[in-house]
Amino acid sequence: MNLEAHLRTRREAGQKLLVPYVTGGLGSAWLDVVRAVADAGADAIEIGIPFSDPVMDGRIIQEASRRAIEIGATPANIINDLAKVDIAVPLVVMTYYNPVQHFGHRRFAASLTASGIDGAIIPDLPLDELTGSLASNGGEPSWADAADEAGVETVLLAAPTTPDARLAAICARSRGFVYGVSLLGVTGERDKLSGGALEMGRRLKAATDKPVLLGVGLSTPEHAVEATSVADGVIIGSVLVRRLLEGGGPEQAGALVAAFRQGLDG
Amino acid sequence: MTPRVRGIPAETVSPARGQPVVLGPPGPEPEARGRFGEFGGRYVPETLIPALMDLEGAFRQAWSSDSFRGEFAALLTSYAGRPTPVTECHRLSERLGLRVLLKREDLTHTGSHKINNVLGQALLTRDMGKTAVIAETGAGQHGVATATAAALFGLRCKVFMGAVDVDRQARNVFRMRLLGAEVVPVQAGSATLKDAINEALRDWVATVEDTHYCIGSVVGPHPYPWMVREFQRVVGDEARAQCREILGGADPEYVVACVGGGSNAMGTFAGFLDTDARLVGVEAGGDGLESGRHGASIARGVPGVLHGARSYYLQDEHGQILEAHSISAGLDYPGTGPEHAALAAAGRATYAHATDTQALEGFKLLSATEGIVPALEPAHALGWLAAEAGRAVPAGSTVLVTLSGRGDKDASQVAELLGEPLE
Repeated sequence: MNLEAHLRTRREAGQKLLVPYVTGGLGSAWLDVVRAVADAGADAIEIGIPFSDPVMDGRIIQEASRRAIEIGATPANIINDLAKVDIAVPLVVMTYYNPVQHFGHRRFAASLTASGIDGAIIPDLPLDELTGSLASNGGEPSWADAADEAGVETVLLAAPTTPDARLAAICARSRGFVYGVSLLGVTGERDKLSGGALEMGRRLKAATDKPVLLGVGLSTPEHAVEATSVADGVIIGSVLVRRLLEGGGPEQAGALVAAFRQGLDG
Repeated sequence: MTPRVRGIPAETVSPARGQPVVLGPPGPEPEARGRFGEFGGRYVPETLIPALMDLEGAFRQAWSSDSFRGEFAALLTSYAGRPTPVTECHRLSERLGLRVLLKREDLTHTGSHKINNVLGQALLTRDMGKTAVIAETGAGQHGVATATAAALFGLRCKVFMGAVDVDRQARNVFRMRLLGAEVVPVQAGSATLKDAINEALRDWVATVEDTHYCIGSVVGPHPYPWMVREFQRVVGDEARAQCREILGGADPEYVVACVGGGSNAMGTFAGFLDTDARLVGVEAGGDGLESGRHGASIARGVPGVLHGARSYYLQDEHGQILEAHSISAGLDYPGTGPEHAALAAAGRATYAHATDTQALEGFKLLSATEGIVPALEPAHALGWLAAEAGRAVPAGSTVLVTLSGRGDKDASQVAELLGEPLE
C-alpha cells in the first residue's frame, strides 16, 4: 500500500485523517490493539519501536517504551510481528535513529517492506542528516536513499520554530505526509490545543499539497476537530497509550479511536 | 616575577600565574555538518535545529571577534582565577619513577575546569538575547559552574540532575540552590547523567525560544562539541606554554586526562595535537571491563547516535543504550564526545581505563604525596598512571596530567567507601 496515495484518496473523499500511535510490543495483546484501532476508523497507524532514550517523548511514551523493552520488545520482533497483521490501512513505524543505524539502513528498510510496513518516522533524523551517508557502514546509502530504494516513505517533522525556507524543503523531501509538530514541547497530553497548532497547520497547508497532519499534544476529539479546521488530519499518541498503561486493551483502544473518528466525522 | 616559595623551585609555578589570560588562536572547525571524521553531526528533533543553527552562527562570529574574546579572557582572569598553574609533583614523581606535572584546574573558581566553558556560553547567551539557561550535571560540577555563571549574568537557571547523583552529591545540590538555580531530580532510566541530558533536551524542546542549553561537555549536537572544546582549549594552550617553561622548551612525552564526555581531556589535547606528545584519555573502568559495569565507551562501545551526535556508545545488540557505571558521577556516561571518537579512530589519542579501585588509589596517592585532594574524575587519570608507571608509561617519562577538579565534593563518598563515614 502507498501511504501518501492512501491518505490523499481519503482526503479527496472528504475525510479528516486520523492516525493513532501504538507502542509496539507493549503487552501480549498489542497486535490486537492495532487491529482494533484499524477497525475503529484509523486512516493509518503509527507503530512505536521503543528506544531507551526517547528525547522527543514525554512521560507516557517514555513509560510505555520502558515497559515494552523490559518485557523483551526488540525492533526485529516488532517488525516481524507486524507481518501477521492483515488490515486495510497503512502502517508507519516511529522510532529513533540509533536502532535504525544499528540495524543498518538497507536491512532496516528491507525488513519494513518485507512486513508490509509503508513508512517511517525518525524524529532525531532531521532533513540535514537524512541524506548523509555513513562511510563506515560499508558504504551504506543514506537513510533517505535506502528508504526510497525499498519504497519506504519517510515522514519528516516540521516544527513551529522551522523558518519558511526550511519548511518548504522539509515539505519537498517528506514522503507519505508532513508531520506538523503542534507545539513547542515533547509528546504528552495537554488540556488545550496549543495556540501555535493552527498556525503550524496553516503554514504547512500553504507550503505543500501533501497531506498535513498535526501531532504532539492532541488529547481530545475537540482538539482534533479544531486542528482539522486547517490541517488534513491528526496524530494521537499519549492519550491512547495512557489507556494501555492503565490496563486497557483492544476494546478500550478501539473505543477511544472511535470517539475521535466520530468527532472528526461530525 | 613569580615569588619564590620556600622548598619549591620557582619554575614549578607558572610565570603566567597572576598575569591576564591571553587566548591562543582558535582551533579548527569540524568538517561539513559538524563532522569529526565520521563522528559528530546534529541528530536532534526539528524543533531544535533552527536554534542550533543560530548558536553555530553566533559562536562562529563571537569566536572571531576581538571584543568577545577579550571579554572572555578578562572573565577567565578576574572571575575564574586563570591562568591556573602547572605544578611539578616531586614526591609523586619519585614514587612513580616518572616526572609528573599537574595542570591545576582544581584551583579555578568553583573548583573545576567546567567554569571555562560556562563563562563562554553565558556570554553567548547574553549576546543571543536569551534570558535563561538550562544544564545537565553528573557530579554537580557543571551544574554548580552553570548556576554560578547564571548568577553572575542574571540569567534564570534550571539544572537537571539524575536522582542517584542528587543523593551522592548533596553538597553540590545545595550549592546550586544557594546560587539561585532550580535543581530538577531526574528519575528516568538509570537516574544519572545520560538521563539528565535526555530531560534537559526535552525541556529545551519546549523552552528554546528564550532559553540556551548550556551543555557541559564536548558532547551533543553540532556546534557543542566544537564550541565546548574551544572554550576549554585554554587549559591545553596554557599547559603547553607552562610545560615548555618547566621542561626547557620540550613538550611532555605523555598528556593524560580523564574522559567521561571528555571536555577537560579535549581542552587539554587541543593544546598538544600538533606536538609529539602521546595523548591518553582515561575512561571509567568501574568494576572492570569484564564485569560489564563500567563507562568505557571507546574501549567497549560501538558507533551509534545519542544526544545528537554520532560517537561510540555502550549499547546492546538492538541499539538500546546501556547504563554506565562509575564510582565517579562525572564519568558515569555511556558515551563520549565525537572528537574523541575521531581521535581514537585515527590513532592520534589512545583511550585507557581505570577501575573504581584504581581511581580510589589515585585519590589517596595524590593526597598523601602532594597535599592535593583530587576529584574522583581525575583520580582515574592518576590511578591509571600509578598502575602503568614503568609499564605502558616507561620509567623516567615526563607526564602532564590534567587535574580537572578538586575532591572536596567527593570527601564524604570516599570516606564512606574507605570505611570512615563522616556521619
